[in-house]
Amino acid sequence: MNLIGENITYKPDDQFHLNGVSFNFKKGNLYTILGRTLSGKTTFLKTIAGLLNPDSGNLSFEDNDFIKIPVWERNVAMVYQQFINYPHLNVYENIIFPLKQRKIGEDQIKKDVEEALKTVGLVGFENRKIQELSGGQQQRVALARSLAKKAKILLLDEPLVNLDYKLREQLREEFKRIFTQGLSEDTILIYSTTDPQEVMELNGEVIVLDEGKVLQKGPAKEIFENPRTLKVAEISNDPPMNILRGTKNSEKLSFENISINSPSHFKNLSDQGYNFGIRASEIKLDDQGEEFEIELAEISGSETLLHLKKGDSKVIVLIEEVMNFKIHEKVKIKFNENKLYAFDQNEELVSSPYGVSHG
Amino acid sequence: MEKLYKFLKYTFIILWTVFIVAPFLWAISTSFKDFQSVNSKVTYIPWLDFEPTLEGWRVLVKSPARGGVDIVEPYFNSLFVTCTASLISIVLGTLAAYALSRFTFKAGFVRNNDITFFFISQRIMPPIVLSIPFFIFLSTIGLLDSLIGLVVVYIVLLMPIAVWIMVDFFNRVPKELDETALIDGCNPYQAFYKVVLPNSIPGLIVAGMFCIIFGWIDFFFAFILTFTEVQLLPVKVVALNSSITPWWSLSASALISVAPLIIVAFVVERYLSKGNLSGALK
Repeated sequence: MNLIGENITYKPDDQFHLNGVSFNFKKGNLYTILGRTLSGKTTFLKTIAGLLNPDSGNLSFEDNDFIKIPVWERNVAMVYQQFINYPHLNVYENIIFPLKQRKIGEDQIKKDVEEALKTVGLVGFENRKIQELSGGQQQRVALARSLAKKAKILLLDEPLVNLDYKLREQLREEFKRIFTQGLSEDTILIYSTTDPQEVMELNGEVIVLDEGKVLQKGPAKEIFENPRTLKVAEISNDPPMNILRGTKNSEKLSFENISINSPSHFKNLSDQGYNFGIRASEIKLDDQGEEFEIELAEISGSETLLHLKKGDSKVIVLIEEVMNFKIHEKVKIKFNENKLYAFDQNEELVSSPYGVSHG
Repeated sequence: MEKLYKFLKYTFIILWTVFIVAPFLWAISTSFKDFQSVNSKVTYIPWLDFEPTLEGWRVLVKSPARGGVDIVEPYFNSLFVTCTASLISIVLGTLAAYALSRFTFKAGFVRNNDITFFFISQRIMPPIVLSIPFFIFLSTIGLLDSLIGLVVVYIVLLMPIAVWIMVDFFNRVPKELDETALIDGCNPYQAFYKVVLPNSIPGLIVAGMFCIIFGWIDFFFAFILTFTEVQLLPVKVVALNSSITPWWSLSASALISVAPLIIVAFVVERYLSKGNLSGALK
């Protein structure tokens, strides 16, 4: 009864858009697809919607071969990153459009639309033209149309990416509420995004996608705590995890010209070269620390991002307050070695502060 | 400097306007004159300079037997041919353009862009190149000197314009709009007429306007492909240009033959200035 994909491959030109993707999505769950731009997220969703036919692989839903069913009979709903509504219809007509297509009774339509408008907070906007609405409101209309349809599969393709910062925060909160309350038990919700923070907040099952390949699957918490490879660590952190090449020498870790104590969770690692990873938020300003030079300092919201350099080593430090720095100024920083990750030469995780569950 | 620029700008605009409008004013004033007012001294303003008369206009609707020139029949012939050919061109052209914009065609080395170019290439060669093939074609199927034959030829001439304009228009309609319609339960035909078409009205109006203009003003094929049975307005008006037809009737016929285009221009201009043409989709 689930949505099952097996080995789905899509290669329209000489590049893989999807490369052997398999999954098993259960009803009533939220799945997030995390990947950078051009990683195949949209292709993935379009394949499920039926807008694209994979070159090989199977896709089945409720024990039916989904690939044989045309888009318009699949009963899916999709919200695009561009705000796609029908410009020639007003808000109300937009939302009833899919319901009228499915020939649902007038009374039921009225009820469904009212409910959907209430969920997205657009009651009173029924007769507005689409062009008169702001971007955030347009995206709410698109979402309301998808919700009112009560589709069994709801696809959201980076729905917040084209909104400004404030609206994004606000809608993200609302999405969480809608997803937990407004959806029926037998809906599969698939949400794609480039933003790791969104993934953590939505807290569903995560699929990390890169170059059309699934890199890791699992609950959001697990992806965050134990990124299986260097690439996953990069994709699932914003700012990306700092990666420093170095060697372990019994009780010491040495990078380029820095030496720090080896944390206790590294004690089983053999002495050799590793890629050490540390999150930007786990490096702190500390007068006892190593001296780095500031290459760039940026303030975003209530945080300050420092891009630091020492020799060939470059790190990004996240400070959770607004501070002013001059470029080329020297600062001293200290690594929180208890939060260090170690990846081997094949870029696979060998030790994490949260304990590695696999070999 | 800025004042000089403004001065030059407005001087140019005024001169250009006079250049465009003066012949019309001259024609309007002449069309209401009689023999005496045209041939005596120079006159411009009705009632003040000369006594206006409707004689020039009356001649146009009188049959030749009663001393008139009767442009009513050619007028309706032209209306029929232009409107029918434009309508068919728009319908066929829109369908072709949608297919070219949304689907990928491959036939040997031929791709979508080649097909689009093939359409417009019909208009690249000088019309005279087509005259002999058209003549032989129409005479073979027995449609020479007939309204239907002219409609067929005009469809050939007008459809490329419709295709060209509509391909460009559809390319600017986001593909996601069609996809959303499909996801919302429309089959491809419903997606086209329920969603894409209602949002393409501005493009249809522009394409229709161009078709009507090019169809209405064509003289060449109307002249080559007709003899005695059927006559179109441009041919008739040119034929009037002889020593027999008086100036005032010539002016009146010229005015009445550009009237439909002026109406089209005003309607579209109003539509354009409202911003409806660009704002429907973003």
